[in-house]
Amino acid sequence: MTTNETPANVPEPAAGKGAPLLEVRDLHVEFHTRDGVVNAINGVNYSVSAGETLAVLGESGSGKSVTAQAIMGILDMPPGKIPKGEIFFRGDDMLRMSDEERRKIRGSKLAMIFQDALSALNPVLSVGYQLGEMFRVHQGLSRKDAKAKSIELMDRVRIPAAKARVNDYPHQFSGGMRQRIMIAMALALEPDLIIADEPTTALDVTVQAQIMDLLAELQREYNMGLILITHDLGVVADVADKIAVMYAGRIVENAPVHELYKRPAHPYTRGLLDSIPRLDQKGQELYAIKGLPPNLQHIPAGCAFNPRCTMAQDVCRTDVPVLHQVTERDGAELPGRGSACHFWKETIHG
Amino acid sequence: MSDTSGITSPSHSSPAGDYAAKEEVARQSGTAPQPSEPKKTQASSLWANAWRDLRRRPVFIVSGIIIVLLIVIAIAPSLFTSTNPKPGDLAHFMQKPKLGHFFEADWFGYDGQGRSIYARVIYGARASMTVGVFATLFVTVAGGLIGILAGYFGGWVDALLSRLTDIFFGIPLLLGSLVMLQAFTGRTAWTVALALGVLGWTQVARVMRGSVITVKQADYVQAARALGAGNGRIIFKHVLPNAIAPVIVVATIALGMYISAEATLSYMGIGIQNGISWGADISTASSQIRNSLHVLLFPAGFLTVTVLAFIMLGDAVRDALDPKLR
Repeated sequence: MTTNETPANVPEPAAGKGAPLLEVRDLHVEFHTRDGVVNAINGVNYSVSAGETLAVLGESGSGKSVTAQAIMGILDMPPGKIPKGEIFFRGDDMLRMSDEERRKIRGSKLAMIFQDALSALNPVLSVGYQLGEMFRVHQGLSRKDAKAKSIELMDRVRIPAAKARVNDYPHQFSGGMRQRIMIAMALALEPDLIIADEPTTALDVTVQAQIMDLLAELQREYNMGLILITHDLGVVADVADKIAVMYAGRIVENAPVHELYKRPAHPYTRGLLDSIPRLDQKGQELYAIKGLPPNLQHIPAGCAFNPRCTMAQDVCRTDVPVLHQVTERDGAELPGRGSACHFWKETIHG
Repeated sequence: MSDTSGITSPSHSSPAGDYAAKEEVARQSGTAPQPSEPKKTQASSLWANAWRDLRRRPVFIVSGIIIVLLIVIAIAPSLFTSTNPKPGDLAHFMQKPKLGHFFEADWFGYDGQGRSIYARVIYGARASMTVGVFATLFVTVAGGLIGILAGYFGGWVDALLSRLTDIFFGIPLLLGSLVMLQAFTGRTAWTVALALGVLGWTQVARVMRGSVITVKQADYVQAARALGAGNGRIIFKHVLPNAIAPVIVVATIALGMYISAEATLSYMGIGIQNGISWGADISTASSQIRNSLHVLLFPAGFLTVTVLAFIMLGDAVRDALDPKLR
C-alpha cells in the first residue's frame, strides 16, 4: 500500500463554501431486536453545505433512511440505539443536545420530506391546518394568521386555487399535489437543511420530474442544503452536486455527481450504473448485480459486498476496506472522491 | 423560477395537473358559496369540522333529539308527569295501558303494586341515565388516558399500566361491583356509577392502547415529530383523533352494558336504595310477564331506545371524525 492511500475517515473539507451545515461523523446505529442486534449503520461520514445537494444512493436496507432518521432525531429508541458517532449541525453535536433543544431545531432549521405523502399527512386534519401547525408550533401564530401563511405556502409550491383548497383533506388531493404539500410543510419555516427521503418514489414519472424541479428551484431560492435519499440513479443526475453510495450501512463511494457516472471507483457503484436499462441495449438481457443485499444481523466478514463482487479476492473476505482517497493514475488527488474498495485502482483505472 | 413554471402550471396536461383541475371544477361547481368562505376558515379544527358535518346527519339528529329529551326527563321529571311514582293504589293492580291518555298516570298502565308505570318510567330515567352516562364518562376518560399513556410511551410505562389493567381486568364487573357496593351504606346512582366505572375502564384502556400503538407508527406521526411538534401536540392532534374511533364504539356499547348492569344490581337488591330505576322495575316485572307484558314492556322499551340512541350517536360521531366518510 502506498502513502496516498490514507484512510479518509474524516469527510473532505468543504471546498470554498465555508464550514459544512451538517456533518455526520462515524455514525453507528443498531437495532436491538428479539433475534439479536441489527447493525443498520456502521460508520457513516458525510457533510452538506448550504446550497449544496448531496444524494445518498443505495438499495433497500442499505441504511440511507435510518441515517436520515438519526439526523432528524426521529429514530425509535428503543429498539434503535446510537452507540457511536457525532452529528454536527452548524458546529453543534445534535446527539448531545437535550430533547427540547432538538425539538426546536426540527422543523425550523432542519426539515424532512417523506416518501409517501398520503401516509405522511394526517388524514383527519385539513392540509391548511397541518401547514399552519408549523407556524403555530414554532412561531406561536394565531390560527387565523397561520392559515393565511398556509395559503401563501401552497401558492409557492404552485398548488392551483390554494385559497379554495386550504380546507381540503389530504385524500382530496392527487399524489403530486400531496407531495407538493409535503414540500410546503418542510419549507414553511425556511430551514437551513432539508432531508428528502425518496420524495418521488411514490409518484409517476411525469410528476417525478415536476417535483424534482420544484425542489431544486426552491433549494436555489432559499440557498438550503439538501440531502436527497433515493435509489433512483436517474433522479440524482440532474439535481445532485455530489453522491454518497451506501451499502450495508457504510458509505462505499463518494464523488461529485458527474465523475461518479463517468468513472465509478467501486465495483458496487459500477454494478448499479450497469444495471440501468438503456435504449441502445434493447433486446439484450438487463445486467443485474448477483445475489442479495446482506442480512444486517450477519454482515459478511471483510468487505460487505464481497459475496456479490466480481473482483473479490482473499483480502476482501478478511479485511474491511477503509474509504481510500481516490487519485488519478499519476497520483493526483481527485477532490471529494473516496472509495471503500481494496481494488479501487483497478476499478477506476481499468 | 421561470424554467419550471410551465411544467407545473395547472393547465399542463400531466396526470397530476388534470386531476387537480378536475377536482377543482368539481369543487367549485359542487359546493362552496364563496361569500361564506372566510367565516368557515376561522374555525376549521377537527372538532369544529366534525360538528359541522354532524349537524347534517339524520342519524345524529334523531339520536341527539332522543338523548336531549332523556336528559331533560332525567333532570326535571316533574315536567312530564304530575303523578307521584312511589305510592301505589292496589285498586289499579296490573291495569292495562290506556294508550289514548297521553301523559296521564294510566297512559302505560299500572304495575303489581298499583303504581303508575308512566310515572315510574319517567322518574326512573334519572338513575339509569346517571349510571350509564357517568360510568361511561369515567371509563372513557380514565381508560382512555391510561391506554394513551401506555400505548404512546411504551417501555416501562406500558409494562406498568398494562399489568394494572390486567389486574382490574381479572375482576368480574358484576361480582366486583356487588362486593364494592356492599361497603357503601347509602347507595345512590353515583356510587353505582363509580363502582361500575372503577371496574370497567380496562376494556377502554386495552382498546385505546392497541389503537394508539397502531397510529403511533403512522408516517404522519413521525412527520409531525420531524417538523418539531412536542409530545402533547402529537398525542392530542395527531394520535388521539386517529385512534379514537374504536374507543367510541366500545364506549357506546359499554353505556348500554352499564345501564343493564345497574338493572342487574338492583335486581339483586344491591343497586340504588330507595330509588326508582328502569333496571329495578324490569327485574320486578320479570316475574309477572306471563300475564302482564306491559309491566315489562315500558321500562325495557325505554332502556332499549336509550341504549340505541347512544349507539347511534357513537356511530355518527365516529363517522364524522373520519373525513373520508364525510
